Amino acid sequence: MSTTAATPTFKDFRNNVKPNWCPGCGDFSVQAAIQRAAANVGLTPEKLAVISGIGCSGRISGYINSYGLHGIHGRALPIAQGVKMANKDLTVIASGGDGDGFAIGMGHTIHAMRRNIDLTYIVMDNQIYGLTKGQTSPRSAAGFKTKSTPLGSIEQTLSPMQLAVTTGATFVAQSFSTDLKDLTAIIEAGINHKGFSLINVFSPCVTYNKVNTYDWFKENLTKLSTIEGYDPADRQGAMNTLMQHDDLVTGIIYQDTERPSYQELVEGYAQTPLSEAELDLGAEAFDQLVKEFM
Amino acid sequence: MAEQLSWKVGGQQGEGIESTGEIFSMALNRLGYHLYGYRHFSSRIKGGHTNNKIRVSTKKVSAVADDLDILVAFDQETIDVNYQELHANGIIIADTKFKPVKPDDTEAAFYAVPFTEIATELGTSLMKNMVAVGATCSIINLDASVFLEVVEEIFGRKGETVVQKNMEAIQQGYDYMKEQLDGDTSALQLPPADGQKRMFMIGNDAIALGALAAGVRLMAAYPITPASEIMEYLIKKLPKVGGTVIQTEDEIAAATMAIGANYGGIRSFTASAGPGLSLMMEAIGLSGMTETPLVVIDTQRGGPSTGLPTKQEQSDLMAMIYGTHGEIPKVVIAPGTAEEGFYDTVEAFNIAEEYQVPVILLSDLQLSLGKHTVEPLDYSKVHIRRGKLLKGGIEPRVDKSYFKRYEVTEDGVSPRVIPGVSGGIHHVTGVEHDETGKPSESPANRKAQMDKRMRKISQLPNVFPNPIYKNAKHEEADLLLIGFNSTGGAIEEAMERLEADGLKVNHARVRLVHPFPTYEILPLIESAKNVAVVENNATGQLASIIKMNAGYPQKIKSILKYDGNPFLPHHIVESSKELI
Repeated sequence: MSTTAATPTFKDFRNNVKPNWCPGCGDFSVQAAIQRAAANVGLTPEKLAVISGIGCSGRISGYINSYGLHGIHGRALPIAQGVKMANKDLTVIASGGDGDGFAIGMGHTIHAMRRNIDLTYIVMDNQIYGLTKGQTSPRSAAGFKTKSTPLGSIEQTLSPMQLAVTTGATFVAQSFSTDLKDLTAIIEAGINHKGFSLINVFSPCVTYNKVNTYDWFKENLTKLSTIEGYDPADRQGAMNTLMQHDDLVTGIIYQDTERPSYQELVEGYAQTPLSEAELDLGAEAFDQLVKEFM
Repeated sequence: MAEQLSWKVGGQQGEGIESTGEIFSMALNRLGYHLYGYRHFSSRIKGGHTNNKIRVSTKKVSAVADDLDILVAFDQETIDVNYQELHANGIIIADTKFKPVKPDDTEAAFYAVPFTEIATELGTSLMKNMVAVGATCSIINLDASVFLEVVEEIFGRKGETVVQKNMEAIQQGYDYMKEQLDGDTSALQLPPADGQKRMFMIGNDAIALGALAAGVRLMAAYPITPASEIMEYLIKKLPKVGGTVIQTEDEIAAATMAIGANYGGIRSFTASAGPGLSLMMEAIGLSGMTETPLVVIDTQRGGPSTGLPTKQEQSDLMAMIYGTHGEIPKVVIAPGTAEEGFYDTVEAFNIAEEYQVPVILLSDLQLSLGKHTVEPLDYSKVHIRRGKLLKGGIEPRVDKSYFKRYEVTEDGVSPRVIPGVSGGIHHVTGVEHDETGKPSESPANRKAQMDKRMRKISQLPNVFPNPIYKNAKHEEADLLLIGFNSTGGAIEEAMERLEADGLKVNHARVRLVHPFPTYEILPLIESAKNVAVVENNATGQLASIIKMNAGYPQKIKSILKYDGNPFLPHHIVESSKELI
């Protein structure tokens, strides 16, 4: 059976690997949402590359029937940017956990937002280090007790959404893993956005985080669609809303549809995928280059 | 007539010392002379002593000269630091502006010339460098007009007046010096050169040109001395072939972005020095484990930590061979000249794709930044080999089975397919994996995959072009000198002098550092009475590698230099005589 059927469905993006996540983990829904979004935007599995980091959520690239690369801790973004630069026709999704993107990989996250290469970054945010069995994360709340903070975390919680809005990200969104419909729609919008999209997904860890549970999120999250007159094009408004709601909102928080992506701005960048380029420079061009040194 | 001339210009950094040397050498290069330049500079922008030592000859030269014929000084420090290099017939010419003082213990002639004054009268003190170039010409009897072409190139866009003023500055420096000169300077005059046009470039230019010829489309890099010239050249050239340079946020991003781009199907690389390479080690492991091609240039400089960032050293060798945790197949190549820098860079990209491994191209500061005359590069020798890369024609998958990207094969190299290609879907991970890339902890699979990976490069020493450069005409040498990277020129010159003293000397320069070509070098070691490994580090890293692979721990001795400066031929001559 070929996977490149005429009209792709989410089933085309399923493979036969059983995820090793704990039963009830929020990441299952994120996986399903990516598969649905990919089908909904009309991708075939060959045209999608999922690049992931290290951690429980980093395993996701192995659970989607597409090209995938599971790299090193915190470096999914630079790898993903390299893939997209090599082949502009691919849809590239980078993904990983909050430790991957906001602790060890934070430098890359900020610069990927500034650079604005066209890819979609999905963070599965569970406010904890799961795969190393329960240590604090930059997303853990102050006072949060973990194996590495037995007396409670004394560091300030990081706000990736406020950071993204101030850093110049052109697509900033947040979602909750159980809202499969909303999450799928946001991922679709992220894929369709011409530039870098950051999607932070609250994806509860049922094993090590007994505070930020499914119920806790249901109680505390506000959908932006319920805020009258909310305008994702209003950067100042986005910041105000994030601050008012302590970041606990879902939906597209901010989107700049004007700014061109990095690849549209690079001088001389090929209009066809670089991966298809003929590598031989040719003797004539080489002679010209040599003469410049004479 | 002199066979060759050694000229040095020095002053405070930021005073135009570099451009003085540049103009002088460009003009001589166009006349057909062979040049070899070395810049002494500090890790700061303005201030601090800097000098540019240039050797000129009618024959090929590939080392910094022992002594000095002419020293051009823009400050007293230049005289104080460098005058002892001058031989008895040498000449100091110094700017009157700083009231230069001639050292008591030198027989060299001494002239104070109003470089700054003449330049200021012509319009701007900036042209003092041109006056100094003119003064030099009058000593070596070179007509000032030979500079016209170069001056036009450099200043042409600023208008005809600027060009004329600069030419006038050269002429006036020439005339002033001519009047002052007493005594015969014919010993400092070079015979005419052959007029042949040759390239004049730094090693980093040759490496960058090699990358371009190899078909690179993306360079991801973070600025660092002495590697930045590679990215600075390519940002001008890559857009012409549809590619670009991305200046990343750090070296980890540079290496991983290059890995992503190679995985995506293009040739991509990065270049850095020791501190950057330290940051890249985990990424190099990822390349090895996932069998994703990666080329990294390491331009060695003084370590450890920030070390001596603008000085010569060869102390990254062990780190490049053994760096990254765990065991991966890795290739380390060490070109010795700019020409080799070009061809070996092309080869590095070919090996990276053919064997699907990380390749480190090792350079050092002297090779990377030293500007020298380069023999014509032969483009017909450039061949692009991409190994087992599949661009299509893959059988459709059955029941979502994954493509065997890590198929166990006889030579260890598996077929490689890039994203976008129909039927090629597979997983890539730094976790140990099975033939389709899916994670696996099975002991049998682990062994099969590890063996497959390590098998890939086992035969490389047999197919790599000239893994050891040999200048070995003696069947039984009194002394075998071994080196790598830029020390080759000084070793060759030392060898000539030792031979003139009646010793039989062979030279072997290691070009393929890893996997080590043991059987290429072993006969030379066995047949030599004495063996000395010449290297710019404190612990004798290459000597250790050779002993580890070829044995002879007692016979193999070290000649080491780790004070930040390159070997001069006389250092090697003296140390060799002490050893035997």
